Amino acid sequence: MTAHHLLSLSIWVPILAGILVLALGRDSNPGLTRGVALVGALLGFLVTLPLYTGFINASAAMQFEEAYRWIPAFNITYHLGIDGISLWFVLLNSFMTILVVIAGWIVIEKRQAQYMAAFLIMSGLINGVFVSLDAILFYVFFEAMLIPMYLIIGVWGGPRRVYASIKFFLYTLLGSLLMLAAFIYLYFEAGESFEILKFQAVALPLGVQILIFIAFFMSFAVKVPMWPVHTWLPDAHVEAPTGGSVILAAITLKIGAYGFLRFNLPITPDASHALAGTMITLSLIAVVYIGLVALVQQDMKKLVAYSSISHMGFVTLGIFLFNPMGMEGGLLQMISHGFISGAMFLCIGVLYDRMHTRQIADYGGVANTMPKFATFMVLFSMANAGLPGTSGFIGEFIVVLGAIQVNFWYATLAATTLVLGAAYTLWMVKRVIFGEVANDHVAALKDISGREFLFLIILALLVLGMGLYPKLFSEPMHASVLQLIEQASTPKF
Amino acid sequence: MTFATPNLVPAYPEIFLLVALSALLIADLFISESKRFLTYAYAQLALVGTAGFLLIGSLGQVVTTFNGSFVDDPMARTLKMISVLTVSFVLAYSRDYIQSRGLFKGEFFVLILFALLGIMVMISANHFLVLYLGLELLSLSLASLIALQRDSSVATEAAMKYFVLAALASGMLLYGLSMIYGATGTLQMAEVANVIAQGNADPGILVLGLVFMVAGLSFKLGVVPFHMWVPDVYEGAPTAVTLFVSTAPKIAGFAFFMRLLAGAMGPMIADWQSMLIIVSVLSMLVGNVTAIAQTNLKRMLAYSTIAHMGFLLLGILSGTLGGYAAAMFYVVTYVLTSLAAFGLILLMSREGFEADQLNDLKGLNKRSPWYAFLMLLIMISMAGIPVSAGFFAKLSVLSAALDAGLTWLVVVAVLMSLIGAFYYLRVVKLMYMDEPEDDTPIVGESDHRLLLSINALTLLALGIIPQPLIDLCTASIAQSLRG
Repeated sequence: MTAHHLLSLSIWVPILAGILVLALGRDSNPGLTRGVALVGALLGFLVTLPLYTGFINASAAMQFEEAYRWIPAFNITYHLGIDGISLWFVLLNSFMTILVVIAGWIVIEKRQAQYMAAFLIMSGLINGVFVSLDAILFYVFFEAMLIPMYLIIGVWGGPRRVYASIKFFLYTLLGSLLMLAAFIYLYFEAGESFEILKFQAVALPLGVQILIFIAFFMSFAVKVPMWPVHTWLPDAHVEAPTGGSVILAAITLKIGAYGFLRFNLPITPDASHALAGTMITLSLIAVVYIGLVALVQQDMKKLVAYSSISHMGFVTLGIFLFNPMGMEGGLLQMISHGFISGAMFLCIGVLYDRMHTRQIADYGGVANTMPKFATFMVLFSMANAGLPGTSGFIGEFIVVLGAIQVNFWYATLAATTLVLGAAYTLWMVKRVIFGEVANDHVAALKDISGREFLFLIILALLVLGMGLYPKLFSEPMHASVLQLIEQASTPKF
Repeated sequence: MTFATPNLVPAYPEIFLLVALSALLIADLFISESKRFLTYAYAQLALVGTAGFLLIGSLGQVVTTFNGSFVDDPMARTLKMISVLTVSFVLAYSRDYIQSRGLFKGEFFVLILFALLGIMVMISANHFLVLYLGLELLSLSLASLIALQRDSSVATEAAMKYFVLAALASGMLLYGLSMIYGATGTLQMAEVANVIAQGNADPGILVLGLVFMVAGLSFKLGVVPFHMWVPDVYEGAPTAVTLFVSTAPKIAGFAFFMRLLAGAMGPMIADWQSMLIIVSVLSMLVGNVTAIAQTNLKRMLAYSTIAHMGFLLLGILSGTLGGYAAAMFYVVTYVLTSLAAFGLILLMSREGFEADQLNDLKGLNKRSPWYAFLMLLIMISMAGIPVSAGFFAKLSVLSAALDAGLTWLVVVAVLMSLIGAFYYLRVVKLMYMDEPEDDTPIVGESDHRLLLSINALTLLALGIIPQPLIDLCTASIAQSLRG
């Protein structure tokens, strides 16, 4: 095993593990299914670790590159590589997959093998999205990923799962098809090549750039999701099983922001600048308006879903500020949001597994019967609200600092999220966790099991670790972020 | 005046097939009902023999014979080979179905082989009349096949509709061809192209002839606004026949467009391109939108076919070698996909149960995860989502259209495929997210099951390694149209 194939391994180990789970898994022997799935997820994470240890922080170039001819007829290559921007997403994704497998350990009763396999295969495909340096390869992973997610929501989800899954699929497909058209256009402009790095070097007039920007925007804005194309997310989240929500919030939303960084900014820099005002406005609407929407939610999952949209607004805001602080803040915010939103959904999952309701009104005084759980839930809620010392603070704070360099009002509006975030999260915590025991069901609750403790403590340590020592996470990004800003600031015509 | 014997070598496959099927026609009279399996085996052997003849002779060259009215080029060889292979699959998938419905007769095989002969003649036609001959052979055989289930009123209605409309379309085609003949003075396609290129023909008559020609062609391919027969035939015909109708004749349809438009009318590309754009957009729109409203699986696939043919036209109307190769790749992929889709319907059906309603797919994942997975692959390929052959087929035609400068058409096409994704996804939803309505285990002949698995997995394999098929199509087109 050479370092040259690490990225391939990060894609194919989980996928092969998923196929193995499908082949071996029997409903009569769930132990074997889970065992194979867990080993697969652990192996999938282990092969990504050398990416971090072997990563050269000072370099902005693509690392761990692999390139093979795939379809010579269209000059499509199997070209993989990561830089400081994509590195973290691969690690985050592989890591969250382990948690999802543990979270679904005994909770999923029907067709467990297919459930585990869907997550493992999706994990591999998502890694593929982040490491592809060929547009068609990227597209293949980008779309193929929709199918397992569609099945996860539709098969294991809540009552309105079918509606939610189809809405999720069609929303995302709409965007990606326009992106495909843009890719084909760029293929001819780049001298019959689908290399993303060659796309970035193509000189395009502003009018064309704007059209391409819009095609990419349709695809990625839906993924992020940005206001006003966010409406699929609350539905998908509410209906998805816990694991599905975790992967959706922690990973797939990041694909949208990653797309902006990898495609929009470097390929259409002038259009990005021309439309930056619009993008910032949309981001701020997401931050403020969606924050207000979150405030009135009755369903915990919906509340966290809206909170995700609001937090992702910060990310897109940071990206389109075009300064290193904004962009790095946005990236940190994404990693942190991966941990926190994942943790929040897992917490809600813990409650849901016991009570089979997500309505805030059905709870109250959970701290009395589940003290250990309450500790975690309060910690993650504080992190979600951006409490200093937790990872939630770092990203938001840096983005606000970046915004203030550009425009005072951007920063002011963005900073309202610290108030709004605290309001909706803490209000929910107050109603769910604290107070008198609300009813007999709550009184009968059992505190978390060892398995639940395991995934919550891991996430808690990460949230605190990142909050106290963010340098560990930000260091590998610097070089790539600076290079990207330079690319995005160099006019192309 | 001397009479030279024409060079028969290029037509050996057709001659062999004709001889073999004539022998089958007679031999079948002496085969008792209980030994009908022999007819099936004989038909398969005839196909193997035809395939064998397709492999001998001058591969990779363009040879004409019968005074230039019959052409044997790499494109013809490839398309014929695929047609023969398709028919072989069709027979294997159908055997069980026709046996349980009292259709296991010699006529079924003879008619399908005759239709195949028609397809092969069309593919190799280099003369208007030869083309017409092949076309009528195909159409008449198809009409009889559709009506094979004599006591079914739906089938008879479908056959009637097909027959009348096919006659009308043939009439239009002939009318168009006669105008072209009037303007150019020849029926030989290569010469027609020459005369038009030299500007010696009256453009007014040519364009008028072209309009009739495109109308006739569009009918045969089943594209809007000449698509009305498609849903009725797909729904009304016995599924085994629908399987045939939806596969091999589409290859002939592609060849038909290639020979007439790209070949004979090549110099008039500007005129037929704009006509095909309209037909293509309408097909994608009407096919995809109407498919959403269907509850009958066969009817839904019929509208899906209409939409797919619209996509196929995108490649042809690009008017470049790359575009033709993309269209050829598209048609081959489509045939493979459609073959698998109807093969699965045939597998699920049994005596007294057609499995032709969308609801019959409910809970397939519970009944058989493997077939649900195969159907998932088929639907993904139809929707053109990676990882499937359908994705690269779509990519090929879209890039051909974009290369021809038709950016807006590409945008329309991708939006249409979004609409298409909806009803393919609904099938996936029925299979995976709903509870089964009946729990009868899915049984079938082992060869049927094996071939179906190979067929559907090929879609996946081509989605990962499409290069060999792309190469085959590109080489066939390039070698055939260069000369």
